[in-house]
Amino acid sequence: MAVRAQAGARLAGARRDIRWGSIAFKALAYVLLALMVLSTLFPFFWMVSTSLKQEQRVFRIPMEWLPNPVMWENYVYIFTTMPFGSFVANSFKISILSCLGEILSCSLAAYAFARIPFPGRNALFVIILGTMMVPFQVRMIPTYLVMHRLHWIDTHLPLWVPAWLGGAYGTFLIRQYMLTLPQELMDAAKIDGCAHFGIYWRIVMPLAKPVLATLALLGFMYSWNSLLGPLLYLNTESKFTLTLALTRFRGHNYTYWTKMMAGATVSLIPAATLFLFTQQYFVQGVTLTGLKG
Amino acid sequence: MATIQVAKGVAVRQSWLARLQNSNAFNGYLFILPTLVGLAVFQVYPLISSAYLSLTSGNLLGAAKWVGLDNYRLLFQDSKFWISLKNTGYYTFAMLLPSVAIAIALALAMNQKLKGIVFFRFLLFLPTITSSVAVSIMWMWLYNSEFGVLNQLLKAIGFFKLFGIKRILWLGAPETAMLSIIIMAIWRGLGYNMLLFLAALQDIPEVYYEAAKIDGAGAWSRFWRITLPLISPMTFFVIIMMIIGGFQVFEYSYVMTGGQGGPVYSTLTMVLYLYQEGFQSFRIGYASALAYVLFALIMVLTVIQFRFQKAWVFYE
Repeated sequence: MAVRAQAGARLAGARRDIRWGSIAFKALAYVLLALMVLSTLFPFFWMVSTSLKQEQRVFRIPMEWLPNPVMWENYVYIFTTMPFGSFVANSFKISILSCLGEILSCSLAAYAFARIPFPGRNALFVIILGTMMVPFQVRMIPTYLVMHRLHWIDTHLPLWVPAWLGGAYGTFLIRQYMLTLPQELMDAAKIDGCAHFGIYWRIVMPLAKPVLATLALLGFMYSWNSLLGPLLYLNTESKFTLTLALTRFRGHNYTYWTKMMAGATVSLIPAATLFLFTQQYFVQGVTLTGLKG
Repeated sequence: MATIQVAKGVAVRQSWLARLQNSNAFNGYLFILPTLVGLAVFQVYPLISSAYLSLTSGNLLGAAKWVGLDNYRLLFQDSKFWISLKNTGYYTFAMLLPSVAIAIALALAMNQKLKGIVFFRFLLFLPTITSSVAVSIMWMWLYNSEFGVLNQLLKAIGFFKLFGIKRILWLGAPETAMLSIIIMAIWRGLGYNMLLFLAALQDIPEVYYEAAKIDGAGAWSRFWRITLPLISPMTFFVIIMMIIGGFQVFEYSYVMTGGQGGPVYSTLTMVLYLYQEGFQSFRIGYASALAYVLFALIMVLTVIQFRFQKAWVFYE
């Protein structure tokens, strides 16, 4: 009895501590999060605010937190005086094409690696995974020379065609997902006379939609944000992507901060919008890489 | 198919073409055909070609001449190479501790079952989905030594008076330029790392904590003895990825210093030097040697990490 009462008292004490502790923790957590969110958002706020200011007023000391007057003209300027419309179109074209190609080529390979026991399968899969360890920079020069020999320099082709020829990360991601699909489904389709391509296209692909969405998003973002590829391959201004164009704002003597910030803001809008509506796929992709990586 | 027909006694032999079409080998290789082409043209060939080029001298288009290990010898005598190595190492390793510590703290905060997690997650993740170019541009303006917000804020809170200085030059001075990039990079990676740690935290069974509480373990020891060991595989993963990514850093210094890596080479990273040598000076052989040294370094660091993981990574 006494022992039980003692234990009970100890438990109650522990519970009280936990309650107070957890309230304190939650308060602390909110404070920390609020601080971090503030410092995360401030540079974005400042970018948008600057993008709407009059060019001379960004040099006011003390600084003005909000633009006054609000200069939407900065945005008009980059789209009319500068060919920003075509930069945006180029970025969209390249990102969408690479994203489609990655999904198609990686899912085909993933199906084979997950469901077709062909000779040499495991060795090839290991080699493909191994390519993930070789950074692009190591292959950069010969890859450039290949594109040169193909006469693809100063075209968009080097930026999206390779995505149609597979990718280690995408193949791995989709394969892991396909392995979880029940084998019975495919057996049933086989008995009904479905060949491999039919099974892949009509059964596996529709079921793999979540992981395909994840890969599509990651692929789109990667392509949308990348600089090194466009920097290597594009020379003519009208072919520039948004990211590459943004690096050319810096003048030799003078930097047009308001226009540059307007450009940076524009470059952020598609990615941020996409992310806002597809967060869960994103989180899935990131955590999957982390756990399986 | 064939067996069923045989069972029925109808002796229909499939033509060799049909057999080929149904074989696993044919289908398998057909499905991975695009991948195989990509593997050959964009992975294996460039990797081998890069090794070969590193043993030659030549410009972008001209014929290459065999020079043996000369490029590597020159590289190790090249002070710019050592500076770029030092800068890259500084960038990579200075980031590690703050990035991991803050990301774990954030993940712990997010794991308190607070309201509005999805909203917080979105906001904290925003820098990760922003291109490194846009991030660099934003921060160039924040760091601007005359009109930048950072200096004005530091002045307002009396920071400069305290240290008897007028302003911090940030990207404008060799002492602080790389540090400025490091701070920005930590800021950018936080949301991503936080998400990884949050996933790891959510995998820890609640009963461990309850058992520890009943045994009288305080919050502090619960963190050190349960949380930290159980998320150590994720910590390991994050550190590996940060080191691999760190050695490839290029875009920040390219954008923020106009491709120069200045002031006085203080932000010249290995990949930026590789880019300058290969695509501005067109010294293909030399740049390829640099690429291979970079590759070797990343491999060695990764292997060392895996060797030492037993000492601190806890697998259930």
